[in-house]
Amino acid sequence: MNYEELSLAELREKLDNKEVSSVELTNYFLARIKEQNPELNAFITITEQEALEQAKEADEFINSPGDNFPLTGIPFAAKDLFLTKGIRTTAASKILDNYIPPYDATVIAKLKEQKAVLLGKANMDQFAHGSSGETSAYGATKNPWDKTRMPGGSSSGSAAAVAAGLAPWALATETGGSIRQPASLTGVSGWKPTYGRVSRYGVAAMASSLDSMGAMATSVKDLAMIAESISGHDPKDGTTGEREVPAYSKLLDANIKGMKIGVPKEYFVDGMEAGVREAVEKAIEEIKNLGAEIVEVSLPNTKYGSLVYAIVCPSEVSSNLARYDGIRYGHSTSEGGSLLDVYQKSRAEGFGDEAKRRIMTGTYVLSAGYYDAYYKKAQRVRRKILNEFEEVFKRVDILLAPSSPNVAQPLGNAASDPLFGYIADQLNIPASLAGLPALSLPCGFASPPFQGGVAESATAGEDGVLLPVGLQIIGPQWGEQKVFNVGYAYQQATDWHTKKAK
Amino acid sequence: MNLNGYKPVIGLEIHVQLATKSKMFSSAPNNPDEKQPNTNIDEVVTAEPGTLPVLNKEAVRLGVMVGLALNCEIPEYSKFDRKHYFYPDLPKGYQISQYDEPIALNGWVEILVPTNGERDAYTKRIRITRAHLEEDAGKNMHPEGLPYSLVDYNRAGSPLLEIVTEPDIETAEEARIFLQELQRIVRYVGASSADMEKGTMRCEPNISVRKPGEESLPKYKVEVKNINSFKFAEAAINYEIPRHIEMLEAGGMPKQVTMGWNEKTNKTVEQRSKEEANDYRYFPEPDLAPMRFTKEFLDELRGDLPELPSQKRVRFKQEFALDESVIETLLNWKDLNEYFEDVVSEIDAWIITDSSVILSDSEESQSSDPSASPQDDGKEISQDDGKRARLIKAAANWCIQEFSALLNADLANPSDSKVSAENMAELVKLIDAGKISGSAAKQVFKKMYETGGEPDHIVEELGLSQVSDEGAIETAVDEIIAANPKAVEDYKAGQQKSFGFLVGQVMAAMKGKANPQVVNEILKEKLS
Repeated sequence: MNYEELSLAELREKLDNKEVSSVELTNYFLARIKEQNPELNAFITITEQEALEQAKEADEFINSPGDNFPLTGIPFAAKDLFLTKGIRTTAASKILDNYIPPYDATVIAKLKEQKAVLLGKANMDQFAHGSSGETSAYGATKNPWDKTRMPGGSSSGSAAAVAAGLAPWALATETGGSIRQPASLTGVSGWKPTYGRVSRYGVAAMASSLDSMGAMATSVKDLAMIAESISGHDPKDGTTGEREVPAYSKLLDANIKGMKIGVPKEYFVDGMEAGVREAVEKAIEEIKNLGAEIVEVSLPNTKYGSLVYAIVCPSEVSSNLARYDGIRYGHSTSEGGSLLDVYQKSRAEGFGDEAKRRIMTGTYVLSAGYYDAYYKKAQRVRRKILNEFEEVFKRVDILLAPSSPNVAQPLGNAASDPLFGYIADQLNIPASLAGLPALSLPCGFASPPFQGGVAESATAGEDGVLLPVGLQIIGPQWGEQKVFNVGYAYQQATDWHTKKAK
Repeated sequence: MNLNGYKPVIGLEIHVQLATKSKMFSSAPNNPDEKQPNTNIDEVVTAEPGTLPVLNKEAVRLGVMVGLALNCEIPEYSKFDRKHYFYPDLPKGYQISQYDEPIALNGWVEILVPTNGERDAYTKRIRITRAHLEEDAGKNMHPEGLPYSLVDYNRAGSPLLEIVTEPDIETAEEARIFLQELQRIVRYVGASSADMEKGTMRCEPNISVRKPGEESLPKYKVEVKNINSFKFAEAAINYEIPRHIEMLEAGGMPKQVTMGWNEKTNKTVEQRSKEEANDYRYFPEPDLAPMRFTKEFLDELRGDLPELPSQKRVRFKQEFALDESVIETLLNWKDLNEYFEDVVSEIDAWIITDSSVILSDSEESQSSDPSASPQDDGKEISQDDGKRARLIKAAANWCIQEFSALLNADLANPSDSKVSAENMAELVKLIDAGKISGSAAKQVFKKMYETGGEPDHIVEELGLSQVSDEGAIETAVDEIIAANPKAVEDYKAGQQKSFGFLVGQVMAAMKGKANPQVVNEILKEKLS
């Protein structure tokens, strides 16, 4: 049985019917990890022993009377930004190399309670700074579709693990595209929730006003099951809303006839790869054929998104990373010296270049005299972007756009360009700034530039490299069900999401 | 202090640790008395990765209550900001504080400065610039002779209210009186133990001096830290003012520095230069939603405000006619002045009952005159009033002297004490009626405090009833005169001291039970 080809609903059924045990499933995925991780580098830490213990517990739970939770007994991977009590959590940074958290993130605690099984901690860009996976202090993760290419980031390991079938699903996080972009580049389904839908407690903070905890899986239905399992108000996170969590997966409705769907023209940017454009346009056509009304809309402030992000994100990063000072936990210099020496050396030795770059930018931007000109002004523009979305959602139900203007690029491209990703992020950042829910779903394949032509399908051409393209679905705040329904309708009508990397 | 036309300009920054059960942003205990280091902590306090602050609503309520008690405006909207700096006692690398939208603005406190003989007493309004909520830092410790430092995070994250005054204060005395009044206000509201010695109230004066004729604020100020008593606040200011004047007279200007008060040398010492202003890189705390105060919420808190010290001061003066210094001492301890008022109620109840006895008497004797009643009888009333005032004064003195001393020794509150207000009133009555002597009363009170017994029973039990019987006293006086011819001679030769000796001998012979007034009278008579 190739369990990696099954959906969560199918795994649920097999577990409930005792066709397979959680221990068997866990061993199955651990074996795949052992086999493929040395090359893919999708995991920083593999928690084999804990996973098998949890799986045993899950089996006991399944075998005892009463209903199981949607994710009971099903293994998963967690981005190494989620704190796991007693299990090393690094944020892919040397500054937390040997950090063993004293508590579980709220989402991890919820999943433990529901008897889900943690396989390991997924690789990522260091502190989630990056969109290639290459800023990890534990080496870059490779794209399962082409191991000379990046999987995108910052949730690089989560995306690669799901794409390669090393885990049925993975926890990931987004600040400005870190779920949608790697999901797009690795051909998996990714969900970035409404800001405040999922607790941030226990996830090392990047930019507090933007961080959203979501997931990657192989279908929208799976994402809906995950969403109903990890969402909800958390008294430990004052920014989570006190809203009920609908049973998203049970409310899925593939009938989208008459739904009004906007296509923002600003999202089809200059420099977008032709193959990507073609795949996304085709997906929009499919959705139109399902009975939705497609209208072109304009979001003129889209172009300011990356600029606002370039100020807000490093400002909050510089503040959130201040706690890594070598005093209480994490890396502390062995050289000693004065207090200032300890701070400077510990941080210089522990942080990677990208973290340092953002700390410096943020520190500058927040300095007296610059705050009004940069941070305050950026927040005003952010408000305008939010208003623009609010206006457009009065006219349309959801928005469709490409998730990324390009397919996966060769490893190394990011390192040579510190501004790498800032342009591509334009398609993801506005929804992050507005705290909106969004999906990225596989919608076809394209050849990368310079490798000749545009591929017509995944099977075309033995020689030409074909890489996944992602379709982005953006909804209004708290509009999770709407984006799930549109995505579900699309996946009912197409089979791109079932294609696997070889 | 001779100021030669120089005018001190003093503003105060006061931190008050709010008396909440848990910390400002986490459920870890907020216990300023915890001795074991690093026990009042959780993952939020030590800023583990991924932790988030959750606002303590009780801290907000107490902060707003103090704001209202300081006559501040409470803005409808208020928010928290992050203030960044690196220090081992600051776990997050930033302090959650309030920068430009504090919870309270533009208030005032009126202080009463007593006469010092040279000038009259006066009142003065000290304006409050603002009050804002923030979290406390931990404490760094440097064990002597060891090559490392330690950090205790017990205090980290405790809720603080920072209160900032306008530079309206002109003398060290005004500063001290303001601090004492503020302490009372905060305690009355129940917002904090506000104890300078324990650090639940901390004060940093900002001091500068205007040159003669100068109208604008001086271009420098000196902040003094490390002050942990009202006395030191006063001393530090009085140390700084002449230091500044001396420099200004020499044509210079004091440096903009932070000084530390050294209580061993009674001097201030420069801690760090403030010429390079710290850049705290404030920005709005993204983890906490802004606060919005509804009119209903504020009205409710206004309704919850207790009688404040300024109101009580006026009322005590009007109702009890006590000396200002006695009133001030009573005002310092809310529990005690509430207890005192209970004693007064007992006294009043007794006086009314007593009057009704007089009433029935007068009805008997003056039944022909139906209009006659004690209320109409000016003489009766004034006698009662005189007695009431006397009893109240005595009760106040017992409260602020013997009772306070015993309570303080036990770190106890009047409400915890076994001495009921009724028994305290009873004791005062016994003394007033001459039934026990002052020294016997102290013994009785001690027993009352220990056992909670009723004073008349204790008097009986200890045999402390005062003897006013002239016959018995006369016998004793005769015996003493006979036994001390030398002293009698000395007295007659004009040595007043010998009279005291003889009184003492009589008192001793009667085991302290004689009414000293009667002893005095009889002895004087016999020796004349």
